[in-house]
Amino acid sequence: MYFIRRILFAIPLLFAISLLAFVLMHLAPGSPFDSERKPASPEIERNLKAKYHYDEPVWKQYMRYLNDLAHGDFGVSLKYRNHTVTDIIAQGLPVSMTLGGLAFCFAMVFGLPAGFLTAARRGGWEDYAGSLLTLLTVCIPSFVIAPALVLIFAIKCHLLPVALWNSPWSMILPTVALGLYFAGKISRLMREGMLGAMQSEFITAARSKGLAENSLLLKHAVRIAILPVVTFSGPMMADLLTGSFIVENIFQIPGIGVFFVNSMSNRDHTMTMGLALLYAILVIGLNLLVDFAYTMLDPRVKYE
Amino acid sequence: MLISKRARQFICQARFLFLSCGALLLCHLFSGCIRPEPPADITIINNIEPESLDPAIIVAQADMRVVEGLFDGLTRLDPKDASAIPGLAERWDISSDGTIYTFHLRTNLMWSTGEPLTSADVVYSWIRALDPKTAARYAGQLYYLKNAEEFNTGKITNAALVGVSAPDPFTVRAELKSPTAFFLDLCAFATLAVVPRQTIEKYGDHWLSARPLPVSGAYELAAWRLNDKVRLKKNPYYWDATNTQSEIIDLLPVSSPNTALNLYERGEADIVWDKELIPSELVDVLLQRPDFHSFTYLGTYFFRFNVTRKPFDDPRVRKALAMAVDKQRIVKKITRAGETTTTHLVPGGTQNYTSPEGVGYDPETARKLLAEAGYPDGKGFPRFEYLFNAASGGGKIHENIAIELQQMWRDELGITMVVRQVETQVFWGMQSRLDYSLSKSSWIGDYNDANTFLGMFVTGEGNNETGWGKPEYDSLIRAANVETDLKRREKLFQQAETILVHDEVPIVPLYFYVGINYFDTNRISGIWANLLDHHPLRSIKKTKVTP
Repeated sequence: MYFIRRILFAIPLLFAISLLAFVLMHLAPGSPFDSERKPASPEIERNLKAKYHYDEPVWKQYMRYLNDLAHGDFGVSLKYRNHTVTDIIAQGLPVSMTLGGLAFCFAMVFGLPAGFLTAARRGGWEDYAGSLLTLLTVCIPSFVIAPALVLIFAIKCHLLPVALWNSPWSMILPTVALGLYFAGKISRLMREGMLGAMQSEFITAARSKGLAENSLLLKHAVRIAILPVVTFSGPMMADLLTGSFIVENIFQIPGIGVFFVNSMSNRDHTMTMGLALLYAILVIGLNLLVDFAYTMLDPRVKYE
Repeated sequence: MLISKRARQFICQARFLFLSCGALLLCHLFSGCIRPEPPADITIINNIEPESLDPAIIVAQADMRVVEGLFDGLTRLDPKDASAIPGLAERWDISSDGTIYTFHLRTNLMWSTGEPLTSADVVYSWIRALDPKTAARYAGQLYYLKNAEEFNTGKITNAALVGVSAPDPFTVRAELKSPTAFFLDLCAFATLAVVPRQTIEKYGDHWLSARPLPVSGAYELAAWRLNDKVRLKKNPYYWDATNTQSEIIDLLPVSSPNTALNLYERGEADIVWDKELIPSELVDVLLQRPDFHSFTYLGTYFFRFNVTRKPFDDPRVRKALAMAVDKQRIVKKITRAGETTTTHLVPGGTQNYTSPEGVGYDPETARKLLAEAGYPDGKGFPRFEYLFNAASGGGKIHENIAIELQQMWRDELGITMVVRQVETQVFWGMQSRLDYSLSKSSWIGDYNDANTFLGMFVTGEGNNETGWGKPEYDSLIRAANVETDLKRREKLFQQAETILVHDEVPIVPLYFYVGINYFDTNRISGIWANLLDHHPLRSIKKTKVTP
C-alpha cells in the first residue's frame, strides 16, 4: 500500500520537476538558435523559431510539450536536429548504464570489504592505511584520476586502450576512474556503520552470549552497518547510471553523461527537459528501491 | 545457531538480486554497447559531433568535412589547392556579362541507390535550401541567384521565379543578379550540394536515418552514432568511384585535445585534422615533429568594437586602442603555433587580392589620439568590458588574449578593461544584440575570395555585429562585386578595406590562424595544405600497412 502511494505521488512530482526545469531553462539567457554564423536575413531566424514553435508564448510551449510528452514524444533535439531526444537517450543510456553498473560493482566490491576491515581492525595499521587510501580516493577528482590512469596503464605500460568504447578492455580504465570515488565513499560509510553497530546493545548481548567475534561481525553487525550504504546507493546508482561528463569526455565514451552538461550549454531545451525527467524518474525509482531494501534488512523498519 | 526465516529470505533475495544484476550487465555487454565491426581503412579525428549531416542545415567546419564526402555539388574543390574543379557538372559556359551560368551535367550520374541523378535534383536542392521552411542559416550563399533572397525572405512565394532551372535532364541554368567572381567556388559549398528529393519528402527532418540513404558523393553513410562515430563506405555508383581511394573511413567526434593526441599516439587514429585538437601547452613542442603539419589558411582572429556605445563611437578612441596592442606578444606568448600578426582583415594568399595595411603598433600615437579624444593618460576613460566565450575543448586562448589586452591597455594607455567570459550560446546572442563593448571575434573564409571577409561589414549585414556602417564602404563592396575586371575589383576592395582597418577601425585584426593537422606522411597520402583547410575524403589513402 505504502509503495503504491509512493508511486502515485511520483506523478505530480514529475510534473512539478518538468515545470521547474522548463521555467528555469527559459529564464536562462541565450537561445538554442544563436550561432556564430548569423543567418543572411532576420527572416531565416524567424523561420527557424517558427519551425520549433519558439514564436509562441512560453506557457503555450509548455502545454505543447506536456501534450507531446503524454504521447510519449520527447521532441527533437534543437542542437542535433536530425535526432529525436528519445533517439539520443536510447543510443547513449545503455552505454552509460553499462559503465555506471560496472563502476557500481567496482565500488561495492572494493568499498564494502575495505570498510569492514578498517572497522574490524580499528586502531590497527590496516585502519590507518585503509582510511588514508579511502580519503585519497574521495578527495582526488576524476579529472585527475582519469588522465593519471591513462598515463600509467595506457601510455607508459601499453596495457589498456587510451580511450574509446569498443572492447571489454576499453571498459576497465573508465570503470576504475568513475568507481574509485564511490568505493572510497562506501568504505567510509561502511566503516562508520560497523563502528556504530558494534557499539549497539544487541551486539553486546550477542557477545555476552559467547558468539564468536567473526560470526558476530559477519552475521549480525553487517546487517545494521550496511544500512547507510544502502541509503547512499540509491542516489549513487542514479548518478552512476546516467553517466559522467568528465569520464565520458576523457575516454570518448558515447554515453549520455556529456549531454547533461552540453545540452544545457547548447541551450538544447528539449534535450535538457528529457534528461531532467529521466534523471528524476531514476532518482525516484531507485529511492523507492532503497526503501524497499530497508524493510528487508532492518526488522525495525516497517511501512504501513 | 538459527538464522531467522526472514534473514534466509533476505539472503535468498539478495543472491537473486545480485545474479540478476550481473546477468543484466552481461546482456548489456553483449547486446548493443559494443558492436564488432570490420576495422576502417582510415580513422580520422574530426573534433565535435556533427550537429547535422544535412547540407542545408550545417554551419560548422567539422560537419562540412563529413558532408563533403556524402553530397557533391556541381563543382567540387581540388584536394591540392581547393580551387573549384568539375563535380557533378563536367563543364559550364558563362555568358559574356557573367550573369548566366549553363552547367552541363555528366551523363553517368547516379544516386548511391542506382537511380539516375538529373538536373531536376540540382534545382530541387537549391530551392530547398532557399525555402523558408528549411530555415537554412547559410541560405545567403544562394542570394547571388536572381530572386533567391526574395524567395527566402518570403517576398515572393513562387519558386519558379528563382534564377535556377533545368531546361533538360543534363543542363542546369543559373541566372545571377550580377556577375559573381566566386560563383563556381560557391557551387562546391555544402549549402548548394545535391540532396535526394524523394527521401527528404518521405522522412522530413529524419531523412538522414533512412536506409538506404541515397547520396550524391563519394561515400555512403554506413553508420552514424552520436558521440561514437560516423562511418563512411565507398559509394560504388559515384561517377568518379575509381578515384575514391579508401573503402571505409571512420570519423570520430573527439573534442578533447589530450584524448585526440593519445589516440593518435597509440595508433587508434590515423589523422587528426583540426587546429583545436592539439594540446595548447604542447603546441610549440609538437610542431617540431615531422608528422605535425601547420599551414596558413583563410582565418582571422580579431576583436570587435560596439560603435554604438560611448566612447567607442569615436574612431580616435578605437584607433588608440588598436595601436596600443602589441600583437607579437599574443602570437609569441599565447597562440605559439607560428601565427602571423596582421593589421588587416583579409588573410594573405587570398585569390586575386592583396590587402592594404591597417593601423599598426604605435603606443606613442595611441596616447596622442586618446588625449585628442578627451582622455589624456586615460583620465576619465570609463571602465569597459571585453566579452568572450570559452574556447572549445576547454582551451584558454580567448581568456589569455583578453588578459594580455587588459594589461597592454592598462600599461600603455592607463585605461581599465574588465574581462568577462560567458557561455558560448549566450555569447553569440549578446554579440548579435550589440550587448557588449568589445568582443572577441574570428572568421573563417567560406570560399577563397576577399568578399567572404569584407562583405561582412556592409551596413546591417547579419554578421556585422558592430553597429558600424558607412555608405561609402557599402557602395565600394557593391561595386566590387559587380566588377568583372579582376584588377579593378581588387582596387575597390582595397579602398573598402582601408576604410575598415585604417580609417574607421570598428574591428582590430590580431593574427591569422594557422591550420594544424597531424598524420604520418609515410603512411597517409592525399592530404595537401591549402588555404581553405579543405581535404576531400575521396583522395585520402593509407600508403603502407602498419608495421
